[in-house]
Amino acid sequence: MDPILFLIFAAIAVLCGINVVLQTHPISSALSLVGVMASLAVLYLLLGAQFLAAAQVIVYAGAIMVLFIFVIMLLNTGRERRTRGSFLGRLLGPPLLVILLGSVTFVILRTAPRDAGVRFGTYTGGTVESFGRALFTTYLWPFEIASILVLIAIVGAVALAYKEID
Amino acid sequence: MPQAVPLSWYLALSAVLFTLGVAGFLFRRNIVTMFMSIELMLNAVNLTFVVISYRLRQVDGQIFTFFVMVVAAAEAAVGLAIILTVFKNRATLQVDDLSTMKD
Repeated sequence: MDPILFLIFAAIAVLCGINVVLQTHPISSALSLVGVMASLAVLYLLLGAQFLAAAQVIVYAGAIMVLFIFVIMLLNTGRERRTRGSFLGRLLGPPLLVILLGSVTFVILRTAPRDAGVRFGTYTGGTVESFGRALFTTYLWPFEIASILVLIAIVGAVALAYKEID
Repeated sequence: MPQAVPLSWYLALSAVLFTLGVAGFLFRRNIVTMFMSIELMLNAVNLTFVVISYRLRQVDGQIFTFFVMVVAAAEAAVGLAIILTVFKNRATLQVDDLSTMKD
């Protein structure tokens, strides 16, 4: 059952990811990205990260993508104009991407531990309890600093959006 | 007994998603879509963190993912505000038209 679930949601993630790159309208890309994030949330659940799966759906697929779609609809720019890049870029881009993917996959296949695979339910360390315990003891300082970072981001976003530049 | 999924499948999936994000960032010409490609790359790295967290049976990797999410939210807020300002001044989202610093 585990490999089937993994293959289904990995396929959805990859197809939606390809769709993000291929669609010309930003709204279509954004909706495909929501698909990627939702299927990644299911994979987090399979890996025993329950809190993160919920946070992925609420924060990423919910809040961040709504912000994206809001801005796209507000600006209403329509389809993207395709421009031809430089000759060198078009010639070298795809092979370099394949080389990137190939080298990363090579390193992964060489170094990934082969012992026990991922089995749903064997690790439940991602519950809210254990996650919160680690977050508010070991990682208390980073957590507080992150809250200040988010506050600065809010103030910065408001200041930028109000700013009049001539 | 349910069959186990090899750890390398998960890591390979995250490599594929990361490469897709790089491709989107390099080939797309809309500034919002390029921004979404960055989010795709961040998600791929998050998946790696969670997989390694599973392997080591420690929650720390998941906490890194949590912080990546927080920073991504802050980044999205500031980045989209910058995009709004750019659009107000230039009335375009094409990166080819936004080359003042290059010229």
